[in-house]
Amino acid sequence: MVHARTLRPEPEALLDLWSLNELKGVRRTGDMLEIAAAEPYTGIIASPDVQQHLPALAAAARTIGAAQIQNRGTLGGNLANASPAGDTLPVLLAYDAVVVTDRRSIAVDTFFTGYRKTALQSDELITAVRFPLGRQVAFRKVGTRAAQAISKVVMAVSRTPEGVRIAIGSVAEVPLRARGAEAALERNDVEGAIAAVADDIRPIDDVRSTAVYRRAVTQGVLRELLESVRT
Amino acid sequence: MRFTLNGREVSFEGSGARRLLDVLREDLGATGTKEGCGEGECGACSVLIDGEVVDSCLVAVGQVEGREVTTVEGLADGRRLTALQQAFIEHGAAQCGICTPGMLLAAHVLLEQSRRLTADDVREGLAGNLCRCTGYTKIIDAVLSCTK
Amino acid sequence: MSSPPPPPLAPAVGRSVPRREGVDKVTGRARYTDDIVAPGAWYGRTIRSTVPRGRIRSITLDPAFDWERVVVVTADDIPGENVVHLIRDDQPVLAPKGGEIRHREEPILLLAAADRGTLEEAARHVRIEFETLPPVYALEEATEVFSTVEILKGEVVEDLKDVEDVEVVERTFKVGLQEQLYIEPQGAIAIPEANGTIKIIGSLQCPYYVHRALKRALKLTDQQAVVIQAETGGGFGGKEEYPSIVAVHAALLARKAGRPVRLMYDRHEDLAATTKRHPGVITHRTAVKNDGTLVSQDIEIVLDGGAYCTLTPVVLSRAAIHAAGAYSCPNVRIRARAVATNTPPNGAFRGFGAPQSLFAAELMVEHVAERLGMSSVDLRRKWMLRLGDTTATGQVLTESVGSELVLDAALKAVPTVRPSDRPTVRQGRGLSLVFHGSGFTGSGEKKLQGTIAFEALADGTFRILTASTEIGQGTKTIFCQLAADALGVGLEKIILAPQDTSLVPDSGPTVASRTAMIVGRLVQEAAAEVKERLQREQAPLRVEKSYIQPDSIHWDETTYRGDAYPVYAWACTIADVEVDMTTGEVRVTDLVTAVDCGKALHPVMAEGQIEGGCLQAVGWATIEEIKMKDGGYQNDRLATYLIPTALDAPRIRTILVENPYSRGPFGAKGIGELPMDGPAPAIIAAIHDATGVWLDEIPATPEKVLAACASR
Repeated sequence: MVHARTLRPEPEALLDLWSLNELKGVRRTGDMLEIAAAEPYTGIIASPDVQQHLPALAAAARTIGAAQIQNRGTLGGNLANASPAGDTLPVLLAYDAVVVTDRRSIAVDTFFTGYRKTALQSDELITAVRFPLGRQVAFRKVGTRAAQAISKVVMAVSRTPEGVRIAIGSVAEVPLRARGAEAALERNDVEGAIAAVADDIRPIDDVRSTAVYRRAVTQGVLRELLESVRT
Repeated sequence: MRFTLNGREVSFEGSGARRLLDVLREDLGATGTKEGCGEGECGACSVLIDGEVVDSCLVAVGQVEGREVTTVEGLADGRRLTALQQAFIEHGAAQCGICTPGMLLAAHVLLEQSRRLTADDVREGLAGNLCRCTGYTKIIDAVLSCTK
Repeated sequence: MSSPPPPPLAPAVGRSVPRREGVDKVTGRARYTDDIVAPGAWYGRTIRSTVPRGRIRSITLDPAFDWERVVVVTADDIPGENVVHLIRDDQPVLAPKGGEIRHREEPILLLAAADRGTLEEAARHVRIEFETLPPVYALEEATEVFSTVEILKGEVVEDLKDVEDVEVVERTFKVGLQEQLYIEPQGAIAIPEANGTIKIIGSLQCPYYVHRALKRALKLTDQQAVVIQAETGGGFGGKEEYPSIVAVHAALLARKAGRPVRLMYDRHEDLAATTKRHPGVITHRTAVKNDGTLVSQDIEIVLDGGAYCTLTPVVLSRAAIHAAGAYSCPNVRIRARAVATNTPPNGAFRGFGAPQSLFAAELMVEHVAERLGMSSVDLRRKWMLRLGDTTATGQVLTESVGSELVLDAALKAVPTVRPSDRPTVRQGRGLSLVFHGSGFTGSGEKKLQGTIAFEALADGTFRILTASTEIGQGTKTIFCQLAADALGVGLEKIILAPQDTSLVPDSGPTVASRTAMIVGRLVQEAAAEVKERLQREQAPLRVEKSYIQPDSIHWDETTYRGDAYPVYAWACTIADVEVDMTTGEVRVTDLVTAVDCGKALHPVMAEGQIEGGCLQAVGWATIEEIKMKDGGYQNDRLATYLIPTALDAPRIRTILVENPYSRGPFGAKGIGELPMDGPAPAIIAAIHDATGVWLDEIPATPEKVLAACASR
């Protein structure tokens, strides 16, 4: 809404998807959990399936804004907006989520193509996000204050026999997978991973923070999350 | 389009893209809902839509078609204040009062959800409502006093 | 048979009676400026400079837009003087063509239109070309000095290097900008009426400041300028002088348009263009004997006033007078100056210079204690001002000195710290002891001669007529309590006239921690006089009371010596923090503050002021950061200028200590600003306690804390 008022030329019409029941809900289908694109974060947090199978997603959703924002914010919205600071986006990367649209499925780690740019076609609609089950993900968001804060570093880490995921937001123009750190971790080299992550990221100085801080905190938080995540 | 405002059906003609906040304040004379920032950061514009607290500066009025909207004006029953409103007065939870309408609605929802709230629950539930006058202490006291 | 006499009325003063306008505030019935309907009103907007320094080369109204639909006001349309009336007359209402632009966001042009869409479109069709000049941002490069203050007591010896038994500790501190962040942005409605009258309804603290500014710029008589305060959603000093600009702008538009104009700032404009707390640099050189005896304090203060003078001389004055801290020292030299930079002008904000200088003074106690290997609490006991002591300006404290009372009360009340279960978190505790002068500095109250009127009405009610405003701090409630008790009647018998300059006399501005103590005292005295007269006369009666400075108060403006304030209030603050060593985040978990308020006229409201002020200070010390870019604020939206939410706020415990002041109503002293002074240094001391690291600058952002810990 805030952005819509700044668009020039003014849009001829706004299409409201909020009331479409097809875009709401959390559904368990076999060994996947599917969260519809317009399901509000409040519903995601409250879902017993999410709490049981995707607890890091619930944890990330709770750090978004506050109650008012969680009641209207959605995964579909955050994906399409593709802010590099989106709090749930690294969690989607760590869970190997799949973005389901009206015409195809897109693996989330190919979804973000540039600063606020996605792989979506101009008339393509996100309908759901699908999560394979069974991954343990640890999550931490670092913001300036405890609520209503845009993240300075936001990270989700997963380490399973199937592979390692280190996903970080606010440290590049897209939420990204720290491939160098992941490779080191695949080799069980924790210190190597912490050193490598500094080169995986491209943080900047901005109104919120500095590149130096983001780099130091990325390394420190990675160390913390690696200690807390179970293989 | 039609929606329910504080229990009364109202109709609105005009662009559905207008902010719910502006329609409430300018078209429907419900000025109890305030604008503090226009970008969903301060919560002064909080209203309830179907019982859930949202920032009305972020809602297009077209999105409340057929829904129930509650503003601060819908809390009291005529002259009879709710226990929460009384508590706000008694505990000094309103100073300049500009955050109070939004704060009351957010607290109202919290109390509807549970009567067993801790101070931390209240802090989390009100984290979307900024107050500059009170330091939040007496707001939390007022809400907790209603959980008994 | 006679009926038993009615039970005596419980006194209202000292009881936390319901807020006078509380029901309106909790029901949404309270009408703030933007809630007020002005039939036929157009919307107004300010067009501002996009350069920090320069001259206007041209203003072009693009002919592609139909300018018939819009009213345009420039400096040429100002009928009176193009001056924002305040102290120095240096700030124009609108930058004149050919005149110098001195800051980003400086107002140049005003527009009004029937709807916001047309207004926005018009704004997009204004093109202003500037010839830029090199801006000055660094304090060391500033060439214009707004004001200087020098305070001398005893003799400060500069070279103490070789003196036996004396330690010299020197340190420099920096304090940052801060936005008042009242949740209701600035705004005013101007309504032209018959006989050249312009009525202003606005969000403001000082109706008569606006009145004077209107008269001057629009060439109006006392009667033609009418200023009415609407319910105001917070001020904190940010609505002390700035509303004069909003009101004069709205008035100019309304005058030209021949219809009412509403000029409401949105949050972005408010953040980008309005006054902030003066940032600055404070250096201390303190000499002590090895046993802790204070030998001398040598203090330098430089404050950044921004581009125009506004209230800077008064801010500097208060900063200088408080600079030596709440301590007794035989030899003091304070040299303070405020300079101009090409940034938006800074102005009034709760504390008004004292939080800045007390920040430095309090941390010096910590550094001296550390150098001597003493406890800083013990050092404070040794140094603190006590009854009969003399301040840096030579004022002998003859009564109501709460220093040791608040120190003991706070120490007794500290919570037991629960150890954190997170291994990367370190916990620490810090303490500060501060004082704050209540009322205007020196001869301020005498010059002001604040006046109220008090009436006994024929229907048995009593009416208070004052320009002192309610901005959340409880003015209306407290005045009614004072009047009710002075008269011996129930609260329901007391009413208040609106804060409307056509109805009430000038009781002075609602600032400087003076409303309860100075104006409240006038209300009490007027009510007592009316009570006495009603024994002989019948209502209706009217009494006017003006402030008369007691003979015992002596202040020399030229030497800065004497009784700087009628009385001081004291506070001791203890802060508990958690520092996350991975991220540098500082969480203030608990704050205990004992405040010597003289008398708590309304305990809940007094606590409310203290809790709110403390949290503002917590924000200033930790997360309220403003980064500058090319003379403008980068943090110009609420998403980027961050104040504490309920989840960030510490548990705050307030202890009210009553240590009466003989001239305050029922012994009350002013405490509106005092809560701003204590938390910041206590938090820095707590961070040191937790991490071993000393920060010299606020806000102590996670970036700074992490960097300081890393370099240790």
